[in-house]
Amino acid sequence: MSAAPATGSPRSGGNSRALLLMLLLPGLAALMVTFLLPLIWLLRASFASDTTSAFGGGDVTLESYRAVLFDPFYWQVAWNTLVLGFNVAVPAVVLSYPIALFLTRTTSRFRGVLTALAVAPLLTSSVVRTYGWMVILGDRGVINSGLQALSLTGGPIRLSNNSLGATVALVEILMPYAILAMLSGFGRLNLQLEEAAAMLGANRLKVFTRIILPLSLPGVLTAALLVFVLAISSFVTPRLMGGGRVFVLGTEVFNEATVTLNWPLAAALSVMLLVLFSSIILLYQRALSALET
Amino acid sequence: MADKNFLPRLSWAILITLLYLFLLAPIIIVFIISFDTRQYLAFPPESLSFGSYVKVFHNAKFVSAFWRSLAIGAVVGFVAVSAGMLLSLSLVRYRFRGRGAVNFLILAPFLVPHIVLAVGIMLVIAPIGLLDSYPGIVLAHLGITIPYTVRTITMSLTAVDARVEEAARVHGASPLMVFWRITLPLVRPGLVAGGVIAFLISFDEATISLFIVSVKASTLPTEIYHYLEHSTDPQIAALSVILILISVVVVIGVERLIGLRKAL
Repeated sequence: MSAAPATGSPRSGGNSRALLLMLLLPGLAALMVTFLLPLIWLLRASFASDTTSAFGGGDVTLESYRAVLFDPFYWQVAWNTLVLGFNVAVPAVVLSYPIALFLTRTTSRFRGVLTALAVAPLLTSSVVRTYGWMVILGDRGVINSGLQALSLTGGPIRLSNNSLGATVALVEILMPYAILAMLSGFGRLNLQLEEAAAMLGANRLKVFTRIILPLSLPGVLTAALLVFVLAISSFVTPRLMGGGRVFVLGTEVFNEATVTLNWPLAAALSVMLLVLFSSIILLYQRALSALET
Repeated sequence: MADKNFLPRLSWAILITLLYLFLLAPIIIVFIISFDTRQYLAFPPESLSFGSYVKVFHNAKFVSAFWRSLAIGAVVGFVAVSAGMLLSLSLVRYRFRGRGAVNFLILAPFLVPHIVLAVGIMLVIAPIGLLDSYPGIVLAHLGITIPYTVRTITMSLTAVDARVEEAARVHGASPLMVFWRITLPLVRPGLVAGGVIAFLISFDEATISLFIVSVKASTLPTEIYHYLEHSTDPQIAALSVILILISVVVVIGVERLIGLRKAL
């Protein structure tokens, strides 16, 4: 209706609306089928009573939700998931912070290369990087071989096939996201402010706690949130590093969807993960706006 | 003065180096292991060879999965760039009712965990028989790649002066001609960057793929995942190095075209 080109070229009057529709249609259709529809189907399937058919089987029922909410196992799984998210988010943020700070402040001519090196792991498959951690933390892996060569330990110490391995691998795999989030959030950091503070007699520690830290806090929070939500929804790394002994929402969704083939239950678990995911993001937005006022 | 700053500077440099080493550790270790001659996982390698690489090239499962992933990634890249180009064009050049909603719909896939999307897509395409098929996996990858292509192309398009297009129109060029001869060449960096990112996401994606494909349309990451459930031998290291090299080529390409940080 009000489809006028922003620049208002003289000839594009009546048929510009049709043109706009043609431009929008393919992309919107694709997003509809691959994004909106799946979410609606997911919600519908989570209320389906027939566990054997994919969609619309049987009556509308709360059975899948009841099965989850009244089973202590799933409460344990939900708890494990939150603990994993927390245990991954904190170290990932702490380890990413110096790198992000360094990349923001450096005047090195290798800055571009160093930035690329820090975020490039994002573009390698998480399966490949998980394999790297299996090699490092495995029973015959890098660390255990090293410890045994130095005769520090008799047998291998358990670093993988448990939640420790999953946590370490996820920290490293999600660090580039944290670095990226911090780099975009550190725009307010200003060398001149620090110099001014130093000139007025503040020591290094004071410059850090009074200037650098407060100014970088929003970026740090965004990074923590991002890593947390990615960690609680991960499943490839917890599954492979956990060796089937780590039970989080992601691994259970995959199990129900592809092994047990109880699709309504998988859908109900996914909906719960989505609710958890969104409420954390909402909570974060509240916290951020409270921080800024 | 220099003396006073030396120690803090040195410890800062060491800290940053160690953190980089941690970040790159899996990639470095995989690279070393891939040249080990033994059949099983151990460290450090006793002797070095290309044996694992030779084995990967003779593994029919991996080779066919590689070509499938390549084809799927290429189709996903092309479709995501085409859809992304049209979406960006309408969002940048037009002001219309519902523009905010369209914008939100494009960004929304960033807000939903891949595993949740995976279950949803599985439920949508299973009844129409597209599970474990090429159209199924391409569709599944479109939703998560279109946001990236829209982002990179929008960046290029905003940099193009709309008056150049207008000038061409005033001089009698048809809208299609303007698009083909003016707009498209000017946004080429965004198109190529978006295309390679979409390709790489599809090529490396494991979470959604594991829900959608099993045998007939299995991709390389899903084959590696299933292999790793039973064995961790150096063959996978060699395969990983090949995958990493492909990523490196893409990273350098995107960095040259529009800057990696802005594109991700």
